[in-house]
Amino acid sequence: MRKGRRRALLLGAVPFVTLVLALPFANRLRPTVLGLPFILFWIVLWVALTPLALFFADRLERRDRAVDREDEP
Amino acid sequence: MTPALAIIFGVVVLAAGVGIWAGRRLPMNLENWTVGGRRFGLLLLWFLMAGEVYTTFTFLGASGWAYSRGAPTYYVMIYGTLAYAISFFLLPEIWRRGKRFGLHTQPDFFVQTFGSRALGVFVALVGVASLLPYLQLQLAGLGLIVEVASAGAVGAGVAIPAAFVLTCAFVFTSGLRGSAWVAIIKDVLMIAAVGIVGIGVPAIHFGGLGPMFKTLAARAPQHLVFPGSTASMGVAWVMSTVLLTGAGFYMWPHMFASAYSARSDSVIRRNAIIMPFYQLPILLVLGVGLTAFLVLPGLANGDMAFLTLVQKTYPAWFLGFVGAAGAVTAMVPASVLVLTASTLIAKNIYRAGFRPGASEQSVLRLSRAMVVVVMAAALVFALVFPNALVNLLLLGYDGVSQFFPAVVLSLVWKRTTKAGAFAGMAAGIGVAAVLVFGKRDPLWGLNAGFIALGVNAAVTVAVSLMSKRRSAHA
Repeated sequence: MRKGRRRALLLGAVPFVTLVLALPFANRLRPTVLGLPFILFWIVLWVALTPLALFFADRLERRDRAVDREDEP
Repeated sequence: MTPALAIIFGVVVLAAGVGIWAGRRLPMNLENWTVGGRRFGLLLLWFLMAGEVYTTFTFLGASGWAYSRGAPTYYVMIYGTLAYAISFFLLPEIWRRGKRFGLHTQPDFFVQTFGSRALGVFVALVGVASLLPYLQLQLAGLGLIVEVASAGAVGAGVAIPAAFVLTCAFVFTSGLRGSAWVAIIKDVLMIAAVGIVGIGVPAIHFGGLGPMFKTLAARAPQHLVFPGSTASMGVAWVMSTVLLTGAGFYMWPHMFASAYSARSDSVIRRNAIIMPFYQLPILLVLGVGLTAFLVLPGLANGDMAFLTLVQKTYPAWFLGFVGAAGAVTAMVPASVLVLTASTLIAKNIYRAGFRPGASEQSVLRLSRAMVVVVMAAALVFALVFPNALVNLLLLGYDGVSQFFPAVVLSLVWKRTTKAGAFAGMAAGIGVAAVLVFGKRDPLWGLNAGFIALGVNAAVTVAVSLMSKRRSAHA
């Protein structure tokens, strides 16, 4: 697997780590952040940050493809 | 005619008109009808997919769950986000195969990938059985919304058949392109309605979302963290449920068709990047349900929380606006569901099973005829047994999710065989059915469909290793 693809998959794993694996630790009422119970703030935060992770994953994959094109004779 | 009724009537007819207009001058062949000619750019694809994702469940169900169950409803925000991350990697490959081999449907993908027509028929049968209750739910939701929003002036018995005729009309003439254009109207109205109600309702009753949460945290703190006001929906249930539904999300047959409609794989990737933003307004829907929990305790049916609260808080004409948004919100997914189910029946069950020689044009003719038949079946169920299919809908999600291991493995592991795919899916669907209908869901605190998914993946790998390698198809 190419380096860019591997890093892209790591970025794609961000919501799985934060919104699945970390849930048992985030399942609490306090502290209240921006008026939201902590668990709800945590979820909203990572839902909003996932596009950013995928955006950088896209850039890494694009770089892979650009390298592929240069390699062509 | 009251203002509320005029708004509902006007919006619904306008939406259907746009849908019919969208198909003008489009030569109708199977490619244009089922996947919009594979010409959708980023904006149209986004409207279409968002249009399919935000269904009447989002409107009524999520606020209803927040009302009656509380925190477990947060899962709705999570699973979509997981699905978009998966789709970023999975859908471009599915799209490329679709483009290369001219695939129109999900069973087409299975036939092409595993070289088995029988597997295609099996997948099509599971698909249709899963789509029908989903469609029925949309029609039932539409009936409920219009009945309440028109203050009883238009009963479900009138609203559902009327939506039936309008939806069939634009599906018949314009195919998927019609749904995408109606989705534009739907998404704009829906976001406006959710924004106004979601910000307005907590503000009017408590002075804002923050103070509402403060009141709730003081009065019923357990409602706001898992397992909320339930006994069985703890953190383990949420984790297994979001993994199951996140995996199943793009396994719905109609989501495959939508993926094929993209102009390029880059459009699909960029769409996946921006889709999670569409999950954020769900926070406002949850807020409405939680406000209702404080303001309107003791509702018999939680699904009525959203509409009842709007009715109590706003003037009648505004309820009409929400009703109009809700009606179109039901019509868009309904149109895509009926379009997909009809194509599966005509192309992947009738032609694959009985008439291998049928031409594309005759498949298209049959698909269009099936639109009326499929809609009529859902209509009868929605009117006669409004609640009978709720169990089947739950099983529908468990059912389509079972496609996930075969689809993913076929793309990353060359040893996957058709015997493995078939055995895995059959085992997964069997386990899900036994657990759900045997009232063993959740089991060990986990979502039953998730357990079935694990069994499925293990069986797929084991049987693939035991059976002969497929001939090089991909």
